Amino acid sequence: MSRLQVVSGKGGTGKTTVAAALALALATEGKRTLLVEVEGRQGIAQLFETEALPYEERKIAVAPGGGEVYALAIDPELALLDYLQMFYKLGGAGRALKKLGAIDFATTIAPGLRDVLLTGKACEAVRRKDRGGRFVYDYVIMDAPPTGRITRFLNVNDEVAGLAKIGPIHNQAQAVMRVLKSAETAVHLVALLEEMPVQETVDGIAELRAARLPVGRVIVNMVRPQLLDAADLELVRTVPRASLARSLSAAGLGGARRGGHAERLVEPLLGQAEEYAERYALEEEQRSVLSELGLPLHELPLFAEGMDLAGLYELATELRKQGLQGMS
Amino acid sequence: MSPDPAPARETTRTQEASQGARRLAPARLLDIDPLLDDPDTRIVVCCGSGGVGKTTTAAALGLRAAERGRKVVVLTIDPARRLAQSMGIDSLDNVPRRVKGTEGEGELHAMMLDMKRTFDEVVEAHADPERAAAILANPFYQSLSAGFAGTQEYMAMEKLGQLRARDEWDLIVVDTPPSRSALDFLDAPKRLGSFLDGRLIRLLTAPAKLGGRAGMKFLNVGMSMMTGTLGKLLGGQLLKDVQTFVAAMDTTFGGFRTRADATYKLLQAPGTAFLVVAAPERDALREAAYFVERLAAEKMPLAGLVLNRVHGSGAGQLSAERALAAAENLEEPRIVDQGDGKAGLRNSPETYGGSDSPESSPSSPDPVQASVDPLQTSVDPVDQVTAGLLRLHAERMQLLSREQRTRDRFTARHPEVAVAEVAALPGDVHDLAGLRDIGDRLADNRRELPEPGE
Repeated sequence: MSRLQVVSGKGGTGKTTVAAALALALATEGKRTLLVEVEGRQGIAQLFETEALPYEERKIAVAPGGGEVYALAIDPELALLDYLQMFYKLGGAGRALKKLGAIDFATTIAPGLRDVLLTGKACEAVRRKDRGGRFVYDYVIMDAPPTGRITRFLNVNDEVAGLAKIGPIHNQAQAVMRVLKSAETAVHLVALLEEMPVQETVDGIAELRAARLPVGRVIVNMVRPQLLDAADLELVRTVPRASLARSLSAAGLGGARRGGHAERLVEPLLGQAEEYAERYALEEEQRSVLSELGLPLHELPLFAEGMDLAGLYELATELRKQGLQGMS
Repeated sequence: MSPDPAPARETTRTQEASQGARRLAPARLLDIDPLLDDPDTRIVVCCGSGGVGKTTTAAALGLRAAERGRKVVVLTIDPARRLAQSMGIDSLDNVPRRVKGTEGEGELHAMMLDMKRTFDEVVEAHADPERAAAILANPFYQSLSAGFAGTQEYMAMEKLGQLRARDEWDLIVVDTPPSRSALDFLDAPKRLGSFLDGRLIRLLTAPAKLGGRAGMKFLNVGMSMMTGTLGKLLGGQLLKDVQTFVAAMDTTFGGFRTRADATYKLLQAPGTAFLVVAAPERDALREAAYFVERLAAEKMPLAGLVLNRVHGSGAGQLSAERALAAAENLEEPRIVDQGDGKAGLRNSPETYGGSDSPESSPSSPDPVQASVDPLQTSVDPVDQVTAGLLRLHAERMQLLSREQRTRDRFTARHPEVAVAEVAALPGDVHDLAGLRDIGDRLADNRRELPEPGE
């Protein structure tokens, strides 16, 4: 299993939730994982119901079986100073840069440099070892930018290495790319069973493959429960309305005669079933598009009441059940 | 009335009682048509978090305005392929194209933003050919303009300014980029402006001039340390590239800050209307509330909130609880009717034969099977389907009340914001008929969800 797990997906597909569930799922049997947030939204803090995360690695959850989940919300500005200090021992110059607005420049105006810092920080965590020579984190899970930007985001170091042809930045950029393009990394895409997210997933995978970035799995999130199957839907289409009215009446919902309470429910209920059937057909279609990608496919259930900490643990259990370990 | 609704009324009353303490006035309805028809409305900006139907909303608004007689251009950032195809803008040439197949007197034009092309156009328009060629060939420029995160926002605003300056359309509808924060595009012009005005630019463009000033020894030391640091960090060639780039930008883009300011002012002008787009989900509405507050702080004119994908029900009189009870009712009697006391006691043999009794299920699978089969055949297929329909309805009613709660929470926080609710469609929209349908739903001045406390 790759040690850097990058989770991307179209906006609104719940990639932060999936990344967090993955971090929990991988933190089994005393393992330690680091969940990294790069977009400054504090989505992880909200999910784990804690106060906003500072720019430091901090334990936020204990996984069933004793593993630990750490979290880090990367602040690009602090990351840059950190990076200058770490690689070039430039504490004072860092402050001078800040005064001149160079830090602003690097982190906002040239967001490419921001992406360099974010990917660099994640790769540093992947490679970090303790005194005993063991990796500090067994897995690093990154809640990455959305599908439309992910290839560019991960590939930014290639561009930088092309721009800065020599020097420490060049070397650093190349080191990061070596991690990102190796089997140490897997990029997962979160999708919904809807047309646009699926299309974006398909396009995103093509882009990632073209850039020779390692594609991992497709995780279909928020899958709705199946309340009526194909046979039920067929029956809905053929059953006489009067029989439905009688059945509703028998269930204690009023009169089955014309204009009775039960009878008046028939049309709206059939209307809802028709909408359900249409959605069901669309979902099946999208499912088959995804299965043609030839990637491991996972499905996670929708939590109708909204995601909370308990739901997150359930998703983690579900991911484990679906055999997350032992695969790339 | 008499036989059935009594329990339903009970439920409603309890719900009301529990909500009584925070009874809300319903949100104002956002009336879309007067906004689109008003000749003073020149720009409509659709913003909101990703995945809430912003692009579709922008396209539907554009089509509706055009079919009501206006000459409209829709600027989309990243439309779904089939939506783009339906409007004939799937080729990326950065020029508005007339959309065929609209009805009425007006015109609809649409374009998809090409960031790099827009950036190049700015350079070409503001530099002499030689300098423009030098900038376009600069490696630093090439990677910046090809769309590092953030460039999209600058270029969307730049394109908006261009379209407005051409004055060929009487209404521009803009879709905003799917940003890391939905607000990036507001900050973009300012940020770029202040950067180009900043000290770093001056340092990079004219280090000699600064360093040469008398009495600035302290600064001088700082400067040479800086240039040294940058050179060490970036490598000499890159620093040279950056310097050339910035120098070229600085001289040719003298007016960049002015342009950025102008775009910002354009957004604040009375002819602009912001529509915050959201779905009735917690996160999307939280972002929407944040957006509303931010727009107010920036003195940007907010027209209202478009709440997409709202669910209704034609059978709203039947509560989720009653529908579920009725569904159970339809399935239950058959178990008792079996006359099999054991099955009746055990509720359902399927659960009994589950994993918690490991030794009984493999050793004696037959009795379990035997008690399941007659049960299944005995349930009337119509009752089974009816039960399914009722469960589906219960799910719908639960969804509806969640959406209602989420919306009401937003309304409580922002009672001043007018809301247009758009009923959910089962599928995606990818033709003009679908956009027209969305437009009708946008403008129907009807609440899809029950009013607060209802």
